[in-house]
Order: sequence, then structure tokens, then C-alpha cells
Amino acid sequence: MINKLDKELNFYHQALGLRVARQELLSSNVANADTPNFKAKDIDFASVLNQKIGLTTAFGKVGLNTTSPLHISSTAAKNTLADNLLYRTPLQPSVDGNTVDMDMERTRFADNAIKYDASISFINNEFRNITLAMQER
Amino acid sequence: MSLFNVFGIASSSMSAQSQRLNVVASNLSNADSVTSSTGEPYRGRQVVFSTLQANLNGASGVKVAGVVHDASPMKQIFEPKHPMANKDGYVTMPNVNVVDEMVNMMSASRSYQNSIDMMNTTKSLLQKTLTIGQ
Repeated sequence: MINKLDKELNFYHQALGLRVARQELLSSNVANADTPNFKAKDIDFASVLNQKIGLTTAFGKVGLNTTSPLHISSTAAKNTLADNLLYRTPLQPSVDGNTVDMDMERTRFADNAIKYDASISFINNEFRNITLAMQER
Repeated sequence: MSLFNVFGIASSSMSAQSQRLNVVASNLSNADSVTSSTGEPYRGRQVVFSTLQANLNGASGVKVAGVVHDASPMKQIFEPKHPMANKDGYVTMPNVNVVDEMVNMMSASRSYQNSIDMMNTTKSLLQKTLTIGQ
């Protein structure tokens, strides 16, 4: 039962973690809107999530997180988000080399926040279903 | 809870933008200062933003790398009766462009507001996170 619970929740766990990471990236884009030569970054959410789910469900492939480039990398490839970063193509490039489009970043920020909210609602529903199933009638 | 990192990023931006606003205030108030403690007329100042080192997720805050003096030529106005006028009757005025500074101020305050908005959104997300399983 417990490992089934874990399997159910793993997806949401990974999705929430990724939403937070993306929120961080988007906030960094907004914060650096006036920094010369800053390039706006983002991730392809769906593909990174698929990759994460694949990594955590395939047993024996679990790797170590490396927090410094000097660390010896483990067998599991691409575990950090930094390997999956993509740069935005600016629609209206500015003279100082900055590629942050504030309207787009704010929209994505709000979009990501709502989806984070939604994921939490899904988790709560999951728990509600489980408690409902456990209740004696 | 790495959502707290968003607070860090937003606050780095707020602090950088408020420094920029500070410099704008200094420029605007000294737009007519023909002399100073050094005896030179006031020179415009500008902040230089640079990104902080990125964290594991590739997100980075912003900092003020330094304040540079505006190298553009000083304004010369013809006013022979002015005590600071040179022998030709010209007074060297600060090279502050008031219109530029107003635009700078608006841009800084908008960026500051954006950071506050980000913080508020993050705060409500964190509060929502605490309701998991309730």
C-alpha cells in the first residue's frame, strides 16, 4: 500500500519540484530585466518532467546530485536543471544584449504560479481520495 | 522549499533597483550644483547592474557592480554675472540630463514593483503549499 502511495505521489512531487525551479528561473529573468547582456532562460517543462519521472522510476539508475563542477559525476545523466536550460529567442532584441521581454516573463510567471496552485489542489484531492477509501462506512 | 530562493532573487532585484533610484535622486537634486567639496561641478552617476552567480537551477539574482561617473561633456552656459563663471563668462554645469533621469526613475520604480509582485505571488504559493494534506 505504502509503495503504491509513493508511486501515486511521485509524479506530483516531481511536477511540483519542477514548477518551483521554473518559478525561480522566471523570477531571475524578471529580476535581471535591466542587466546588460543578460539572456533570459527557461526550460521545456514537459520534456524535463518526463526525464525526471524516467529517472526516478527506473530503479538502479538513481544518480547522485552534484553541487560543484569538481564533483565526480555519477552514471545517471542529466540530473540537474542546468543541463536543460534553454535560451529565449528575443522578438525585439535590445541594444544592451538583454533578451528579457517583461510582458512575456510576467505572463509565464503568472501561468506557472497558477499551475503550481493546480498541482497542489491535485495532491490534496489525491489525499482526499485515499482517506475516503480508508474510511469505514 | 526552494520557493524561498525566489524571495532571495526578488529582494536582490529590489535592493539593486533602490540603489539605482538613490543614484537618480542624487543626480536630479544635483542637476544644478555648479560646485562641490572638491571644487568641481557635480558629475552624473549611473549604476552598473550585473548578475549574481547562478544557483543549481540556473537562476540568478542581480547586484550593483558599481557606480560609474558619467563621462559625457559638461554643460556650458553663458552667464557672466555668475560667481563661478570663467573669464569668458561661461559657467560649467553638471552633465545631468533631467529627462533621462526621469525615464531612469520610472524604469527603476516599475522594476521595483515587478519584484514586489513576484514576492507576493510567491508568498501566496508558499501559503498554499502549507495546506497540502489538510
